[in-house]
Order: sequence, then C-alpha cells, then structure tokens
Amino acid sequence: MKSLQTPLHRVKGLGSSHSGTGHFWRERVSAAALIPLSLWFAYAAIGLAGTTTSAPLQFFAQPVNAFLMASFVIISLYHAAMGVQVVIDDYVHSAGTKIALFLLVRLFVIATGSACLIALLRISVF
Amino acid sequence: MAENPQTPIAHPRPLSPHLTIYRWPLTMMTSITHRITGMALTVGALILAWWLVAISNGLDGGYQTFMALAASPLGMLVLFGCTCALAYHFFSGIRHLAWDLGYGFDKKVSERNSVLIFTLSFFSAVVLFAIVWTGHGGYLQ
Repeated sequence: MKSLQTPLHRVKGLGSSHSGTGHFWRERVSAAALIPLSLWFAYAAIGLAGTTTSAPLQFFAQPVNAFLMASFVIISLYHAAMGVQVVIDDYVHSAGTKIALFLLVRLFVIATGSACLIALLRISVF
Repeated sequence: MAENPQTPIAHPRPLSPHLTIYRWPLTMMTSITHRITGMALTVGALILAWWLVAISNGLDGGYQTFMALAASPLGMLVLFGCTCALAYHFFSGIRHLAWDLGYGFDKKVSERNSVLIFTLSFFSAVVLFAIVWTGHGGYLQ
C-alpha cells in the first residue's frame, strides 16, 4: 500500500511526536557522559567530607576540578530535565498542566544550575 | 444538540489490567525504582547547589552550618538516601544503556541483573558511608 504521509512528512522522518528520536538520543548521550562524571563526583564528595572551609575552596579553585564539577552540574541537570519530562509525559494528560509543569522543571534546573555555576565562578575566579 | 463529547458514557468500558492487579515482578520494581531515584536526585540537586554556594561564601559564609547539618542524624539519613539513589540510578542506568544496545533482555538474565543492581547499589552506598565514618574521607584536605 502506498504511504499516506506527504513527501515532506516522510523526508522529515519525525513521526507522530514531531520531534523524532532527538529526546531519546540526548538522554542516552548525557547518561553515558555521567558515568565517568559520577565516579569523579563520588571521589570528590568523599574526599571533601568532614573538611573545614579552606579544603573545598582550594579544591574548586583548581581549574580542572571546577571544570569537572561544572560539567557534572550541567549534564546531570540537563539529563534530569529530560527524565522528569518523560515522567510528566506519562502521567499528566491535560495539555495545559503538562506545559506548565515542563516550564516549572526548566525553571528549576536553570535556577539550580545557575546557583551552582555562579558559586563555582566565585570560588575559582575571585 | 450534541452532548459534550468528553462526558463519560454511562456503561463502563473494559479496561486492561493495571498496576494493582499484578504480582510485582523484579523487573517492574527496578523500572519504577529507576524513576523514583531519578526524581529524588533531581530534588537532591538542591543540596549540591546549597553545598557549592556555602563553600563559595568563604570562611564564615555558612559552610560550617551546612557541615553541622550534614553530620546531624537527619542530615546523614538524607545524604545516605541520596547516596543510595545515586548508586542505584548509576548501576540501573548502565543496564538501560546495555538494553538500548540490545543486551540483557533474556528473562533469566534480567531477573538476575535486577537482584545484582539492588544489592550492588545498597552495598556501594554502605561502603561509601563506611569510608567517611571510619575517618578515611576528607583525603582532599
């Protein structure tokens, strides 16, 4: 049987979600990046457990550590936003509530991420 | 006049069996736990932000308060929960990536891996906490 899709629809290859496999793929790539970053995070968190103020200040003043921490923060919050979006997609069925929740999740990760990044900048630059 | 099409029809439609009907298989528990730990870790990101902001405030900017709270019974309970959640999401996430590559779908294998993931994540969290409790943490001093 001949396809009922228009040629434009077929060439875009996005399917009924209108976004293709982009969301799925980005979630997987960020997950893969988080494997080594989480191991480093565990190493850093335990290494700084129970220390006085100067130890974490000196640790994050080193560019490598500030860079790894910033990467961990950005990628994990990016991954979190996509994961929470899937949960909302599955359990919230009204379009209005869904959009409101998506925006709230984005607000949350941007605010939390900004707080972390500004803190890291203050430690490493000033 | 046509009625509102969204008004439910008088006779109930047949529904497919839902969550409450099934005896919970292990794979279902691991799937749901992956979601719950993911949501918990998203909220837990606030603790990470709090920690970094407290450090950035310098010598008397709340880092001592953060550390005192973290060492209190409630603080340790919350942090142990976060550690369990992170370890679980880590191991279970690796299995999800393996599934995406087409490995581990066999019924016996996925049941065995479910037990392995639960055990491994709890064991890792206990080991990480034991390192700190026995005074082996803080090596970046």
